[in-house]
Amino acid sequence: MTAALVVENLSFAYSGKKALDDIGFTVNAGNCTILLGPNGAGKSTLFALITRLYDTHSGRIQLCGFNIKKQSSQALSKLGVVFQQSTLDMDLTVLQNLRYHAALHGMGGNLAAQRIQEELERFGMYERRFEAVRKLNGGHRRRVEIARALLHKPALLLLDEPTVGLDVPSRQVIVEHVHHLAQQQQIGVLWATHTFDEIYPDDRLVILHQGQIKAQGLLGDVTTQTATATIHAAFAALTQSGGRV
Amino acid sequence: MKLLHYWRAMWGIIGRELLRFVKQRERFISALVRPLLWLFVFAAGFRAALGIAITPPYETYILYEVYITPGLVGMIQLFNGMQSSLSMVYDREMGSMRILMVCPLPRWFLLMSKLIAGVAVSVLQVYVFLAIAWGYEIQAPWQGYCWVLPALVLSGLMLGALGLLLSSFIKQLENFAGVMNFVIFPMFFMSTALYPLWKIKESSVLLHNLALYNPFSQAVELIRFALYGQFNQTAFIYTLVAFIIFMSAAILGYNPSKGMMTSKKGAE
Repeated sequence: MTAALVVENLSFAYSGKKALDDIGFTVNAGNCTILLGPNGAGKSTLFALITRLYDTHSGRIQLCGFNIKKQSSQALSKLGVVFQQSTLDMDLTVLQNLRYHAALHGMGGNLAAQRIQEELERFGMYERRFEAVRKLNGGHRRRVEIARALLHKPALLLLDEPTVGLDVPSRQVIVEHVHHLAQQQQIGVLWATHTFDEIYPDDRLVILHQGQIKAQGLLGDVTTQTATATIHAAFAALTQSGGRV
Repeated sequence: MKLLHYWRAMWGIIGRELLRFVKQRERFISALVRPLLWLFVFAAGFRAALGIAITPPYETYILYEVYITPGLVGMIQLFNGMQSSLSMVYDREMGSMRILMVCPLPRWFLLMSKLIAGVAVSVLQVYVFLAIAWGYEIQAPWQGYCWVLPALVLSGLMLGALGLLLSSFIKQLENFAGVMNFVIFPMFFMSTALYPLWKIKESSVLLHNLALYNPFSQAVELIRFALYGQFNQTAFIYTLVAFIIFMSAAILGYNPSKGMMTSKKGAE
């Protein structure tokens, strides 16, 4: 089975300053991979490279077997993204925002209407489709953004700190939904976060610090490698000592 | 199937721009008020001071308001191009630009669609302006209102491409004030929008040359001639070449491997 995302020997520098240094990991279908790292660790750079906002100069990124640099259209068609900042158009309604996204992915009217209904119903937002995005609260906007990212049935879902600024119940809804989705629809999920309680026991972890992967594996593997009892302690050990375990 | 994808995406982008424009009523009103002020206040005031001799495409003596109208049409398109550029910078800072850039279509096509969407909005504004001018008795032959459409599309594309190019350079929204001072105003004032070339030459040869080679002048002349049912070949070629140059440079600017994207803080 082809992995949803393969990152190999990836490096990137801004004007000579290294932001990512020879990193590599895999996100499998049906699995959530949590990307942990302090501010400035290189998470946003990694996301910009996977979404091809930046070009890959050194190393390789493959989405469902498609090279992001050489087969970018095929690769991007497999990708759903929720960026850290909201990217919805505030003046338009939920439905207008989603139709725009469907058009960008080449969906016709009927298919788009059907997919929009399915995804909005999944997140309990179908009744609010005619409301302007500006009128929704932060949690509901995030749900709409995730629904939008899923419209074209991507194989890989990228989430860049999607729960920042949300209250606990809204966060829980999103965390549960995404984990459920990954399993139910066999989507690979790469989730960047600062919040440890969003991690489920089956999730794979990738800990990024100063542009390097300090540890990766299941939760238990990472705590064993660092000889710590909790992920908090493991994270602190990896990001404060600066050493790879 | 792929062709259908391109078609749907392009209409999606155009539809979104039109929807946004309709919803932002202040933008629509301010886009109209600016040229109308020039027409009703500035042109009326200068009517007595500036006499316009018979020059093509005009066949009789004309009022200054009549002369200035194609220039104000160009002004609408110039501001619209820059407004689109501003919204690109805003979208990039706010992140919604990313949604467009990560869709599975070539970047040149996405930029081109965005540009066409901007032109559609500007053409809409121009026709509303021309309708008001008609009511003010600034009336071109009715065929002119059809001929001017392709001219508006080309001039809109050229000015929009210039806006796109600028937006690939501008790193932050605050820098946009510089665009107003160093691009919009010089382009507008050093052109044939407000005064004919021979009139400029009377006061300064240097200004005359600057106005002559200013692509905005050529766009205005293309519109002026088209509005009176005539085809200005020089202006057409000049505007077309300027569009190709600006658009190519803009595509290069937004190319992830060759452009300035990697050095942008806004994209980080």
